Amino acid sequence: MDQLDQLVAQADADFAAAADGAALEAAKACYLGKGGSLTELLKGLGKLDPETRKTAGAEINKAKTAIESLLTARRDALQQAALEVQLAAEALDVTLPGRGAGIGGLHPVVRTLERVEQLFRSIGFDVAEGPEIETDFYNFTALNTPANHPARSMHDTFYLENGDGVMLRTHTSPVQIRAMQAHVEAYKDRDTMPELRVIAPGRVYRVDSDATHSPMFHQVEGVWIGESVSFADLKGVVADFLRRFFESDDLQVRFRPSFFPFTEPSAEIDVAFMSGALKGRWLEIAGCGMMHPNVLRYGGIDPERYTGFAFGMGPDRLTMLRYGVNDLRLFFEGDLRFLGQFR
Amino acid sequence: MQFSELWLRSFVSPALDSDALGHLLTMAGLEVEEQDGVAAVFSKVVVAQIVEAEKHPNADKLRVCKVDAGQGELLQIVCGAPNAAAGLKIPCALVGADLAGFGIKAAKLRGVESFGMLCSAKELGTSDESSGLLVLPEDAPIGMDVREYLSLDDTLFTIKLTPNRADCLSLTGIAREVAALTASPLTLPACEPVAAAHADVRAIILDAPEACPRYSGRIIRGVNAKAPTPEWMKQRLARSGIRSISALVDVTNYVMLELGQPLHAFDNAKLNGAIHVRLPNPGEQVLLLNGQTITPAADTLLIADETRALALAGVMGGEDSGITLDTTDLFLESAFFAPDVIAGRARAYGFSSDASYRFERGVDFALAGQAMERATRLILDICGGSAGPVQEALAADKLPARAPIRLRAARVRRVLGIALTADCVAGMFERLNLTVARDGEDFVVTPPSYRFDLEIEEDLIEEIARLHGYDNIPSVPPRGPISMLPRPEAKRDTMFIRRLVAGREYQEVINFAFVDEAWEKDFCGNADPVRLANPIASQMSVMRSSLIGGLVANVVTNRKRQTNRVRVFEIGRCFARDAAGKPVDGFHQPVRLAALAAGFVRPEQWAETSRNVDFFDVKADLEALLFPRVAEFERAAHPALHPGRSARVLLDGRAIGFIGELHPVWVQRHELGTAPVLFEIELDVLLDTVTPAYQELSRFPAVTRDLALVVDQDAAAAILLKGLQAVAPAIVQRIELFDQYQGKGVEPNRKSLAFRVVMQETQRTLEDVEVDAAMAALTRHAEENLGAKLRA
Repeated sequence: MDQLDQLVAQADADFAAAADGAALEAAKACYLGKGGSLTELLKGLGKLDPETRKTAGAEINKAKTAIESLLTARRDALQQAALEVQLAAEALDVTLPGRGAGIGGLHPVVRTLERVEQLFRSIGFDVAEGPEIETDFYNFTALNTPANHPARSMHDTFYLENGDGVMLRTHTSPVQIRAMQAHVEAYKDRDTMPELRVIAPGRVYRVDSDATHSPMFHQVEGVWIGESVSFADLKGVVADFLRRFFESDDLQVRFRPSFFPFTEPSAEIDVAFMSGALKGRWLEIAGCGMMHPNVLRYGGIDPERYTGFAFGMGPDRLTMLRYGVNDLRLFFEGDLRFLGQFR
Repeated sequence: MQFSELWLRSFVSPALDSDALGHLLTMAGLEVEEQDGVAAVFSKVVVAQIVEAEKHPNADKLRVCKVDAGQGELLQIVCGAPNAAAGLKIPCALVGADLAGFGIKAAKLRGVESFGMLCSAKELGTSDESSGLLVLPEDAPIGMDVREYLSLDDTLFTIKLTPNRADCLSLTGIAREVAALTASPLTLPACEPVAAAHADVRAIILDAPEACPRYSGRIIRGVNAKAPTPEWMKQRLARSGIRSISALVDVTNYVMLELGQPLHAFDNAKLNGAIHVRLPNPGEQVLLLNGQTITPAADTLLIADETRALALAGVMGGEDSGITLDTTDLFLESAFFAPDVIAGRARAYGFSSDASYRFERGVDFALAGQAMERATRLILDICGGSAGPVQEALAADKLPARAPIRLRAARVRRVLGIALTADCVAGMFERLNLTVARDGEDFVVTPPSYRFDLEIEEDLIEEIARLHGYDNIPSVPPRGPISMLPRPEAKRDTMFIRRLVAGREYQEVINFAFVDEAWEKDFCGNADPVRLANPIASQMSVMRSSLIGGLVANVVTNRKRQTNRVRVFEIGRCFARDAAGKPVDGFHQPVRLAALAAGFVRPEQWAETSRNVDFFDVKADLEALLFPRVAEFERAAHPALHPGRSARVLLDGRAIGFIGELHPVWVQRHELGTAPVLFEIELDVLLDTVTPAYQELSRFPAVTRDLALVVDQDAAAAILLKGLQAVAPAIVQRIELFDQYQGKGVEPNRKSLAFRVVMQETQRTLEDVEVDAAMAALTRHAEENLGAKLRA
């Protein structure tokens, strides 16, 4: 029936011409609404003879289905268009920066201390600390420092006013003694004391102030005491640490005889990098040695039964070497432009 | 200690070049700090004499010299040195010479031909400065290579000695060490006794034999104190960093460098009667060689005669008893002073001397006699004169003891982690000149008089390690019993806390623990801080009792550097006197965390209106650090803080710190612009947390009701909330404050606080009546007991 085909074609054109939902619904009413063209045709079927009605009915229904699907398609298209308009309107400049709180950071020396702690924890070292106002006994005497040693003078050590034998600790070594005493006390009921493996990071103080010395600086002390701890073990542990710390398997490490009252044999540890600005130069980085029998005794440990090694290094210097910082004083000035580089 | 390699090699000369020798010393514990040739690299420079020096025809400042350089004919050389004059012997670089890369060629200078160059000390690299040609002694042989004549193929070593190795403070000592390390033959200087040529003596009395158990003296008569010091001696002294003064002084310095024994020469004519080695009399004064007059402390040992104190024993001689160029008779002292008696004395009087440096570390107590003979011989050879007999006062029982030390082979193995044969160990001891006896597996070792550092078994083990070479001890990977360290879940470590604070945009700082006394007064109200006896600066004179001052200073510093938004934190110890303080009696030394925020609450951004950080921003940071534990805050005054905007922080009833806005007075005084907000809290509190425990979830709906209460304006919300929580029936899960309102509808001086009450049961749905009853109970309690009224 040409008439029906025309009707469908007309509906298609009308729907397409509808620019929004309301216009589309109005157009829909012209065909499918009460009194719409198709509705009228269906109403007219009753006047036809049954045979014709059947054929005509089928034809009209086919046209109705076609118009309905055209309507749905147009509805979807309009919705899609509307969504696209909305989305376009909602578009952001995604290149604008994110907003909200920023992030802070750790002090570069603390960053070093964290790495030192992690590396030593990985081989069973615990972390200990001690007071910074320390007694003469723990800072000097128990570390086998002779009574007239120059380090004890007011040229080198900060003493307190009205203080009797108290000072600002000049090194973290007093923690050795405190750690030994605590360990001995903790295991006094056992036949064999477990090994003591501990590092002690912290602030220390000396009467010294110039471009390479700060009156307050940091040290990390470490001890390993057991029934069979030797100088060969000391070399192994410290060299391993330094290579892991600097992430350099080819780092050269050398142990050179030296002297400290609290260790014997004693050594200075030098490292040399195989690349970078400091390539090939020996840099003094730490002191170490086998714990002096007197020191073990002061810690309450029998030096015949147990041996141990101790080492002490400067995290400030480790930090300077690691990150290429060339002025120690920057660490203690609180300049956020400097500190922010280590977040 | 600085010395010349050639001098050392006159005693021991292993087959090592200079660099290898330096490495050997460093790796034996005698750290080479500097190692330099004494001259630049050059060749074809010879001793020459200026025969004629005429003014250059075309240049005022140049001279045309005729020079005899031993080349058969005179050389014409144009020279610009102001001191060029006929007759002088000087170094002459011949045509073809190479002066540190600069080639000497025949040339025309202002039209006059020149065949070579006359040299200054600077041009030869033997000195950093020079004022003209290097003038050589008159007897310098013409034509001789200058390198050879001046012994310039030499290296200067500067070694940094550890305090235990005083025995190496001499050429002999270093030579002994090199011989032991390399097993090379050692030839030490001869110290043959000089026979007495007259019988004059001066009595010596040891009044303090513990301090000075050995003192030798000898009178040498008829010396020529003006005799010149031989060049070879001057050169060795110079290469040890010691300036030549006069022959007599030079000899005493030379013997000290050579053997390690400090000597002192008195002018014998200025001494009266016997020599006393004694402690000072009260009020006694000594005028020292350096012009300083001191009143020696009671523990300072003196050399005196019968009328007066002459010198500080082992430290410095006296001005009025010392030798001069007019001295003809001298009294030469060679003594042993106990290290403890010398230690720290020079420093206490504000100077140092080569003698005290050696005596306080330990001088060989058997050396005095040899050194006396060696010095006598040199004096007689250089200055003439005749020596008398050596007088020695000796308290043999007061000399240091050298007790035998037992060394167990097993102990060596245990301490060093290496196995060495007994013969190997014995060989090392022999090279070190130690007297050794074998007792089964053990060694019984007696150290020589010059080793003050060998007293116990470990000292010997260290010697073995040194001689074996630290490099030759293997590096063993760590091994030991493996057991896990405890990691309590309810404990957090400090690094975790740091990361938390940094995560809330605070930058960690490390400030000095000694601060300006004013900070303690202003920020802590502390009039009696822990004071340093010897601060390096007045603004670093007291120990901080709070971290605040440092953080405020950080704001100041950064504002000066154009950073106005400052968010910083520090974790550090604070210090206060406290009779109950532990572990050091009398001092409380808690570790605290303090944080400060100043400027905009957020980084500069484009989206929202910026505002300054306030109390509640920072309070949220603190609450986050404590989470899941909940602190209480109560209004409390603090010297550093705004009185209306500061609070004490309590956790489980314990005061753990404070929080607040910096007092406007300090904001103004330190020119901070806007008021920073800060808190300080005990670190140990932050390290404790809780292990989570599961609470059953309810499947039944929760009921939420709001309760608006009107209270006085200055009533604390937390007290009201706490009061409500205290009486809440069991079905109340939580009560939250969600609004504060003042204004229309609420009376002046009053405020409305709105609470959200959430009720729920785990086993059933709540009935309306019980919800109503709970709300009624809360309202009643608020009205009857908490000073509140239900908002209309």
